Amino acid sequence: MDQAALKVENLTIAYHKKPVVEDVSFEVPEGNLIGIIGPNGAGKSTLIKGILELIPKISGEITIKGSTYKSMRKSIGYVPQRESVDWDFPTNALDVVMMGRYGHLGWLKRPGKAERQKAMECLDKVGMVEYANRQISQLSGGQQQRIFLARALAQEADIYFMDEPFVGVDAATEKAIIQLLMELKGKGKTVLVVHHDLSTVKEYFDWTMLLNKKVMKIGPTEEVFIPEYLQETYGGRLAILSDTKSGLLLK
Amino acid sequence: MNDFWIILVGALVASSCSVLGCFLIVRKMTLIGDAISHSVLPGIVLAFLITGTRDSVPMLIGAAALGLLTVFLIQLFQSSGVQSDAAIGIVFTSLFATGIVLVSLYTQQIDFDLEHVLYGEIAYTPWNTMTIGGIGAGPKAVWIVGSCLILNLILIFLFFKQFKLVSFDPSLAAAMGIPVLFFHYLLMSLISLTTVASFDSVGSILVVGMLIIPAATAYLLSDRLSRMILVSIGVGILSSLIGYYSATVLDASISGCMVSSAALLFGLAFLFSPSHGLVSRFLKRRKSKESHS
Repeated sequence: MDQAALKVENLTIAYHKKPVVEDVSFEVPEGNLIGIIGPNGAGKSTLIKGILELIPKISGEITIKGSTYKSMRKSIGYVPQRESVDWDFPTNALDVVMMGRYGHLGWLKRPGKAERQKAMECLDKVGMVEYANRQISQLSGGQQQRIFLARALAQEADIYFMDEPFVGVDAATEKAIIQLLMELKGKGKTVLVVHHDLSTVKEYFDWTMLLNKKVMKIGPTEEVFIPEYLQETYGGRLAILSDTKSGLLLK
Repeated sequence: MNDFWIILVGALVASSCSVLGCFLIVRKMTLIGDAISHSVLPGIVLAFLITGTRDSVPMLIGAAALGLLTVFLIQLFQSSGVQSDAAIGIVFTSLFATGIVLVSLYTQQIDFDLEHVLYGEIAYTPWNTMTIGGIGAGPKAVWIVGSCLILNLILIFLFFKQFKLVSFDPSLAAAMGIPVLFFHYLLMSLISLTTVASFDSVGSILVVGMLIIPAATAYLLSDRLSRMILVSIGVGILSSLIGYYSATVLDASISGCMVSSAALLFGLAFLFSPSHGLVSRFLKRRKSKESHS
């Protein structure tokens, strides 16, 4: 590993003076699928938003492939939580996906044919071409999540941040999404995913970050995703059924 | 000719307000438009007291400054834990009250008519004319509100993608490096400017009404933001036409009739919109019931 895809040093973020993410430092190698795991209120979303400078940080240094975050903006893709936007907004699926290109267009250029074509390709990748002209409020939760994913693909980024992309989607969509993430990884992209469902961690992610205000552990999933560290992260609130094959966990 | 000028001023006010109103609707911020249109009053009065004239330019500047102050204060209160609708209510009523106190304190010395500021009458606009280079150039209101409309249209056209993304998904916009706060305040400045530019000639009722009702009507009739803006302009112009003629028939307040016409059009859209309308939803439900039974 010559250069980390993402390097975070001493990141601290606070809401109303209460630290939510405390002095976090870690590095993520290129071409990995990384799950960010931790109990509610552990600061998983906050960590992502802090890295993307969506919320002010108290301290911390972010570098993407050795350069500052600001200079690398165009190589970053972001999928916010699905409920963070108003799905009654007057727009259609294709238009939302085209928004993924806005960052590449500069101040005055308007999206045109090239953007439309790229957006259609991305819709195709998530199996939503036939819904291109559908008003977004008429899509199901899973379809909306696919649209968000297509929009992220349209960003043509090298490193992706996804906030709970599997929440409220049907099994078919979850499968489709994870397949896409694997594809991205295959192309050498780095994908960080805030994830809730502990039962799928081993199956989905090659790296895992255990977060509870601080980074408790980060590394290859088989080394990190073990009962001892999980107990530490979740503060002993997990009942571990060690006899199941995936080490299924219950709260 | 007077008919024409009044309808034109009404249509210009309606169009420039509805363009901005569309963004207020999709951002669920219609109350802010209402708030700004009230809280600019102290700005107008202060500008008047400082310059001593009822010239439009200082008044526009004073009003725009107060509009921005309103938005800033609302955000300040919201971010420190005051409920968002309470924050809006507190800020605009106190600023409006401050304005009224200022007016009542100082206007004995100077000729300043509160009635006029609040209920500026569109019926008088044809007589308040302007001359450019010695040639009569028509009512002043046409020029002031007209330039406002052009400014709004140019900025919205140029930065349409930014305004849209900032409204739909501000966090993605911020992640892409689009200055979300800048566009927020730009929109709010345009609203303050438009409000005051229209205030002076047509009164606050018409402004507040046109800021919200045509956009809300267009929201029911369109599924794209760009189309929603065009429809809202159409609804605005139509309201000013219907409003003017119904006011002549009824011999009633023109501004009042224009806003009532807008409300009437909203009512029609609410009932009969093909996608959102009550009637079409009822028919659809009955149809699906029949096909199931």
